[in-house]
Amino acid sequence: MNIRGPLGRRRYLAIAVASFLLWTGCWWALAASGWVDPLFLPSPLAVLRRAYLWGVDGDLLVDARISILRVTAGFLLSAVMAVPLGLLIGAYRPVRAFSEPLLEFARYLPAVAFVPMVLLWVGIGEGSKIALIWIGTFFQMVIMISEDVARVPLPQIEAARTLGATDAEVLLRVLLRSALPAILDTLRITLGWAWTYLVVAGLVAANSGLGYAILKAQRFLQTDKIFVGIIVIGLIGLGTDQLLRAVHRALFPWTVSRP
Amino acid sequence: MNAAKLSIRNLGKRFATGQRQFTALADVSFDVAAGEFVALVGASGCGKSTLLRLIAGLESPSEGQVLLEARPVRGPGRDRAVVFQDYSLYPWLSVAANIRFSRGLRANRGREQSASAERSQLLLELMGLERFADAYPHTLSGGMRQRVAIARALQNEPDVLLMDEPFGALDAQTREVMHELILHVLATERRTIVFVTHDVEEAVYLSDRIIVLAPGPGRIDSVWETNLPPALERTQELKHAPDFASLCGRIRARIRATSGLQSDLDALRRLTGVKPPEPRSASEPK
Repeated sequence: MNIRGPLGRRRYLAIAVASFLLWTGCWWALAASGWVDPLFLPSPLAVLRRAYLWGVDGDLLVDARISILRVTAGFLLSAVMAVPLGLLIGAYRPVRAFSEPLLEFARYLPAVAFVPMVLLWVGIGEGSKIALIWIGTFFQMVIMISEDVARVPLPQIEAARTLGATDAEVLLRVLLRSALPAILDTLRITLGWAWTYLVVAGLVAANSGLGYAILKAQRFLQTDKIFVGIIVIGLIGLGTDQLLRAVHRALFPWTVSRP
Repeated sequence: MNAAKLSIRNLGKRFATGQRQFTALADVSFDVAAGEFVALVGASGCGKSTLLRLIAGLESPSEGQVLLEARPVRGPGRDRAVVFQDYSLYPWLSVAANIRFSRGLRANRGREQSASAERSQLLLELMGLERFADAYPHTLSGGMRQRVAIARALQNEPDVLLMDEPFGALDAQTREVMHELILHVLATERRTIVFVTHDVEEAVYLSDRIIVLAPGPGRIDSVWETNLPPALERTQELKHAPDFASLCGRIRARIRATSGLQSDLDALRRLTGVKPPEPRSASEPK
């Protein structure tokens, strides 16, 4: 092992798979040893069995679908607002001065604390879950995107201006275009956060979805079901992350994606 | 003085750094004739890059003005293209698309598109970039990237080409190749050029006239005519000619005299107790 030494794709996969097997093995061994109460740590087999039951008899797919829809809706709402706003903040210092204090304040607000307010403002429908995910992601997203835009090299902007570009052209053809790979990375990272707010959104008068299922299982101490919910969310997250990485590689062959 | 393409009139530039003001340029005036190649050299901090940026309209002057064909410059415009040292190419565009970039801008919409398409092709050939037309900039060497930057600047047929240490990040061999290239391009594309460099030999080899700037505050120290043969007749051998070498030597001496480095050197000698070398006669070493 060398610091920043090279690693082939095959080796990388081998190590990753070995790591996965090792940790699953540790989990299984710990559960099988009998040292730990199955209530605290259900065995992998028990979790698999529960996943099967939930999938066949229950409504795991329905729960997963509604959760994916909520996360996607909340995340897209954030992104649609954050990209133009982040672009303007990254481009114009006065806009940054105007919005930064509010954003820096807002991004430390705990989304959970907004549950009662969201219920009052948006009601108990789907809108409230989407609103919570929006609160959890939007402010971070705007700040990160504005940084992505602010990092576009100055010579790229100045070259465009000396070639006759207008402000709008610099904004759209240079700043947005140049920051796009970094913005996609930011979206990928904040999408992960959107999933973490799903369980919080399950607190809001939900009667379906993975977050709601986890909270309900908690009430009945069905720890194996909690594990299934967590693992399903993790797998969906892993899947979308890999998908967005592939999109990044396909769209932006001249860059490397942030890890 | 109606013939001047570019007229710099009592130009001054101050920057505010915290509470204090820093005078980058004070009362700089000179003219550049149409088709002339002027090099700006000087010790670091003499404001040569600031002067270029003022001509480009990327900075606005604190005093005085820049006149392009007697009209004052306000902000950047497509009549004055700039070649930056690095990082100005668009990494998401191929070489050909980088060169074509200005064609898509509203300011150039009214122009004949077929003519400018021909021009992109001509510039690709002229710069020796045909084989790399579809390559992305990050796959190119530093020298190749600068060729793209020059071609992109020339695409618009600017009145004035401003170059800010365009070869400063290149190794010596690549730089020599770029010198030949730029002289050939100039022979076919007669342009007015203002060229900033810290390399005196480069300045003398490429230009018609050299302006030495002195720091603290930035001002014109001296102006030198190179009186060299026309662009295409200049060769690398020229650099070994006695006239060439002595001109370089005199300009370097001026830069050294204005840089304030001599006092640093004196201080070092005092500290280390090393005596300055005896003044020697100008005879060549064996």
